[in-house]
Formats: sequence, C-alpha cells, structure tokens
Amino acid sequence: MSEGGVKKFMFVNRKAPYGTIYALESLEVVLITAAFDQDVSLVFMDDGVYQLKKGQQTKGIETKNFSPTYRALEGYDIEKLYVEKESLEARGLTEADLLVDVTVLGRAEMGALMNEQDVVLSF
Amino acid sequence: MKFGIVVNEGPYQHQASDSAYLFAKAAIAKGHEVWRVFFYHDGVNNASKLTEPPQDDRHIVNRWTKLAEEHKVDLVVCVAAAMRRGIREENLAAGFRISGLGQLVEAGTKCDRLITFGD
Amino acid sequence: MLHIINKSPLSNGSLESCLRVAVPGDILLTEDAVYAATSGNAFEGKLREAMGRFKVYVLQPDLDARGLGDRLIEGVTSVDHGGFVDLTISNNSCQSWL
Repeated sequence: MSEGGVKKFMFVNRKAPYGTIYALESLEVVLITAAFDQDVSLVFMDDGVYQLKKGQQTKGIETKNFSPTYRALEGYDIEKLYVEKESLEARGLTEADLLVDVTVLGRAEMGALMNEQDVVLSF
Repeated sequence: MKFGIVVNEGPYQHQASDSAYLFAKAAIAKGHEVWRVFFYHDGVNNASKLTEPPQDDRHIVNRWTKLAEEHKVDLVVCVAAAMRRGIREENLAAGFRISGLGQLVEAGTKCDRLITFGD
Repeated sequence: MLHIINKSPLSNGSLESCLRVAVPGDILLTEDAVYAATSGNAFEGKLREAMGRFKVYVLQPDLDARGLGDRLIEGVTSVDHGGFVDLTISNNSCQSWL
C-alpha cells in the first residue's frame, strides 16, 4: 500500500455508454473517490473506450449526455486516464476521436499498471 | 483479514448477490471479518423489504438481513442508485442502511480486500 | 493479482481480455465462466495455452450447478467458496472482470 493511508484506486471501464448504466454510475464513484484524496486512475478498454468518443448526441434517445463530465475530471485532480491501444484499434478509433487527453498504453503496460493497484473496481 | 464486498446486480436476475453472500459466509466461517457490503447499481434492489420469492426458493434479502444481525455486517445501499430505482427508507429491509458513495470508497481504504460481484 | 471472471468465453470477451492484458497470476473462473474450464469447449485451447502463464482455478459449486462437475480440464484447480476466500488473501489484490 502507498504511504499515508492513500491507496491506489483503479477504475476499469470496459462497457459502452447508454446501453447500460454502468458507465454513468462508475463516473459518480470516480468523482467521490477523488474527493477522498486517493490516488485515482481510470482505465478504458474493450467497449469502455466508446465512453470517450467525441460528438455524443443523446437528444434522440432522451437520455442525458454525460460525456462532458470526462472533460471536467481534471478539475477534480483526476488526470490519470489510460486507454488500451489494442482496444482502440479494434474499434477503428484513434486518440483524435476521443474527447479528453489520455495516455495510450499497450496491453503489457496496461497489465503492469493494473498489477500495481491496491483497489481495482470494474464496471 | 477485513473484507469489503460490492454487489452491483439485483437479486434473482443475476447470480452476483448469491455469489457475494456465499463468499461472505465462507469468509466469516474462516474467522475473517466482513466489514461492509456495499450495494450499487441494480444491487440496491437487494434491500427491498417488499421482496417475496416463492416459498421453495431462497430469500436473498432476508439472508443478507440475517448475516448482518448475526455477524455485525454493515449493509450499505448507495443513496443515488437507490433513489433512481425507488428504494427508500420506507421499503428498506432490516439490517440495511442508505448512505452515500463515500461509504464505498471508505470500504476500499479501510478493508484489506475489496471484492466486487456484478455482471 | 487474482483475476475473477464470471462469464462464458463463448459469449463474452472478459476472459479473452484478461488473458490479453493481465500480468501472469491467478485466475478464478466463477458463475458462467466455469464453462471455460470444461473439456471440449471451443475455448479450451486458449485456456490451456494460458495455463502456461496463469494458475487457473474454478469454483466447483458453480461447475456442479451447471452439470459439468466431471468435465474439468486437467490442470485446473477446483476450489470451494472457502478456497475463493483464500485466493483473495494469498494475492495482494483482486480484480473482477465484469
């Protein structure tokens, strides 16, 4: 465990937005965790990378577009956003398609980062 | 060892709540402490006292209540997720309490292990 | 790290994603993921290949419930719920690949 009672929390997002509520409710946990002064990392892999796609227009499905919240994360001192390279490529996406700045990691680097965490929450 | 458990799915629909319960029971049987179970997403539906399964089926809600009574397990239902789904103090089963997401973070910081059960 | 998988690899990518990304460690197959540990399933080859890097466990009560208690692939270790608890302790952290 890290020093001073601070733990490394990682949130692994592997699900697409809107089809299910997991992405939205996961974001709510992330914001609270930051308020507890923990070391927070967010990972987007598999269909979770779709959460960060630019240009989400939800009017037609009468659902709140929560994607702007990802851009507000910086204001909560959440700056460690990681996207798995292979997941992006498998979906025909590049960093330019994403609505926030992220660090793109290859699968091995991503695995190593997961391994360093104290608490991993997957939604 | 001090365990925290997260349950993200409702009862009966998904095996998550059963798996979490059996894990908690096994941990307690081995002399460990289950400090808190946090119910999130549709998991908040595990706390409805209106739940009435057929008589020959397990009663998932009562099972959690009994575990809380016998082993002082803190059963916390996320307030935001609960309000979305119509779980209130009025229909909350015994042994459960409604509180904020901070309780989940606290389980992560204070427990030796946090295990998630979901879909 | 203990990786907990609860979905069949024949209908969901969780196990495959775990094998792609995770640093070698322990994997526990629970709920519908137990199908991965049965002989003759289409994912068997991939699981066997992964067994060179990961130690694979299966939650026996979930396997028994599904009528496949006698079809466990050799080399996969069977545990009960108490064994599940032990695995979360012998590993420093755990991740449920939901």
